Amino acid sequence: MSATVSPLREPLVQGSKSYHDITEDLISPTERAPGKEWFIIFGISALLAGVMVFCIIWTIWHGIGTWDLNRTIGWGWDITNFVWWIGIGHAGTLISAILLLFRQKWRTGVNRAAEAMTIFAVMCAGLYPLIHMGRIWLAIFIFPYPNTRGSLWPNFNSPLLWDVFAISTYFTVSVLFWYTGLVPDFATMRDRASGIRKRVYGFLSFGWTGSAKHWQRWEALSLVLAGLATPLVLSVHTIVSFDFATSVIPGWHTTIFPPYFVAGAVFSGFAMVQTLMLITRRLLNLQEYITIGHIESMNKVILVTGTIVGVAYLTELFIAWYSGYIYEQFAFFNRAVGPYYWSYFGMMFCNVISPQLFWSERLRRNIWVTFFMSIFINIGMWFERFVIIATTLARDYLPSSWSYYVPTWVEIGIFIGSIGFFGVLYLLFTRVAPVVAVAEIKSILKSSGDQYLEPNSKHHHDVVSDYHTAVAEGKVYDTHHAHSESH
Amino acid sequence: MHNREVVFGLYDDETNLMDAIKMANKDHLDIYDVYTPFPVHGLDPILGLEESRLHIAGFIYGAIGTLTAFLGMTWIFTQDWPIIFGGKPYWSVPAFIPITFELTVLFASIGMVVTFYTVCGMGPGVSNPVLHDRITDDKFCLAFDTHSVSAEKAEAFLKGTGATEISNKVI
Repeated sequence: MSATVSPLREPLVQGSKSYHDITEDLISPTERAPGKEWFIIFGISALLAGVMVFCIIWTIWHGIGTWDLNRTIGWGWDITNFVWWIGIGHAGTLISAILLLFRQKWRTGVNRAAEAMTIFAVMCAGLYPLIHMGRIWLAIFIFPYPNTRGSLWPNFNSPLLWDVFAISTYFTVSVLFWYTGLVPDFATMRDRASGIRKRVYGFLSFGWTGSAKHWQRWEALSLVLAGLATPLVLSVHTIVSFDFATSVIPGWHTTIFPPYFVAGAVFSGFAMVQTLMLITRRLLNLQEYITIGHIESMNKVILVTGTIVGVAYLTELFIAWYSGYIYEQFAFFNRAVGPYYWSYFGMMFCNVISPQLFWSERLRRNIWVTFFMSIFINIGMWFERFVIIATTLARDYLPSSWSYYVPTWVEIGIFIGSIGFFGVLYLLFTRVAPVVAVAEIKSILKSSGDQYLEPNSKHHHDVVSDYHTAVAEGKVYDTHHAHSESH
Repeated sequence: MHNREVVFGLYDDETNLMDAIKMANKDHLDIYDVYTPFPVHGLDPILGLEESRLHIAGFIYGAIGTLTAFLGMTWIFTQDWPIIFGGKPYWSVPAFIPITFELTVLFASIGMVVTFYTVCGMGPGVSNPVLHDRITDDKFCLAFDTHSVSAEKAEAFLKGTGATEISNKVI
């Protein structure tokens, strides 16, 4: 039986898989000891995470004075890293929610890992505002709870407080969405396991049985959560951009920030998904589930969002000139040719120019090009946040306060370390849960498996070639050809 | 829960399962439940399952979130501790929109997820009877309760519709 799917559709599951093959392929990596490569990457990540812990303790012990911040440069690498990680955390929900609403079947190959990446990236992001407070033990003051200080409440008019709500909500909803998707797969793992493993997965699978009514509710829940997560994901980076846009700093006080930040977030998030997926599919042999077709689809999103970001950069420059406001003009002139010109160049090159290579189908489908591009974009998007924050604050209204910000070893250690922390979490995740959604892949098998699409594609090919043969032999009157001859 | 004995058959493909369900409907056999490894589309109408009302619950939770956030901020900034920020009015509605939106989403999501697990009889550490280990892998299960369909009749039906494995279990 083959489903009625266009012959032009690329199969999303290759290797003529049966349902049982899918279970075996996706769950068996969690049942055997990890390979040497896993241990090496895990070891490096754990070491870096240790550096982060050390530098964070150093910061808390000695105070924010260990960073190179001063009176005018109140935000440095900390907020740069915060925005960078939050941006990366946007792809997961975009893939799992927006692509679910758009009925894009290729999401099933990458949604699980992308959602995990989102959760871990948001955890990394959340660290920065907390340690940036200096006195982290007072972090609880950001939440509105009845207290013995009045009650004294936080300022609900402040974008920084909106951020607290946006990021807490985003994290919570992402975890709920992710875990709800994991429950049926944990049940599959439970039913394959024995002993203590069966007990652990029995606990985690919440007593899932696979009843038809439960599946119906599960799908209804997923759909509504996707509908809620879609505006949510757009709101989160919009609110992050409000941290800047509602200030009166030239270069920050612009209405273009919300859409520009959201596009940039999706752009960097997809780049990080590519980096991770290319490594994961190789380490776990998932080439038949995360196909070149999946990679190409994500590269198309990268091309579109990268170009949107490019248009935003140029619009900013134009509006700075067109506004006739000298402080705004200086802010942008200073970004491009001031003391931090190198970061502006890095941003433009990595985010706008290099992704244009993806207009070529051959390059979009090339794994190495994709891998290096994804690294480039991660670097470029980090530069973007650095450009916005550091160049603006280093040259503010008072030339007497101008200075040049260079991160200290503590700030560098926290950032590099957070990448290791992220790696540790992601690598542990690949050990305890299937990185590709097992049940969801099974549900698209009949419409996207290669053994079901192959007959369609072959039939299409046969019909087309029969037609051409018939035309060549003069058995069929070629209307198109005759039409063009008459001119 | 009282003990019930179910007779169930496993099918290799969802099309066989759906044919069997249609046959059971034609024979007026009362199906106890159907278990599948993934959401099979087209099952709901032939099993006579009504659309889930989870989204209605979600709307109510969301509305509670909206009101909690908006009324909470209104009370705090107009009654409990009014403060002027940046020369703006105490009741500065536009500034309340982001948090109101976030709490709407938060309440709706948490409420729906909790409701989902509650109505499905699921939760951390809960273990419901599993009829067969392959149901969450690649087998499609059709189960009859022996109270409404006799064991012999159910077995004969399952055999006749191409079930590859037939068994019974007390749950």
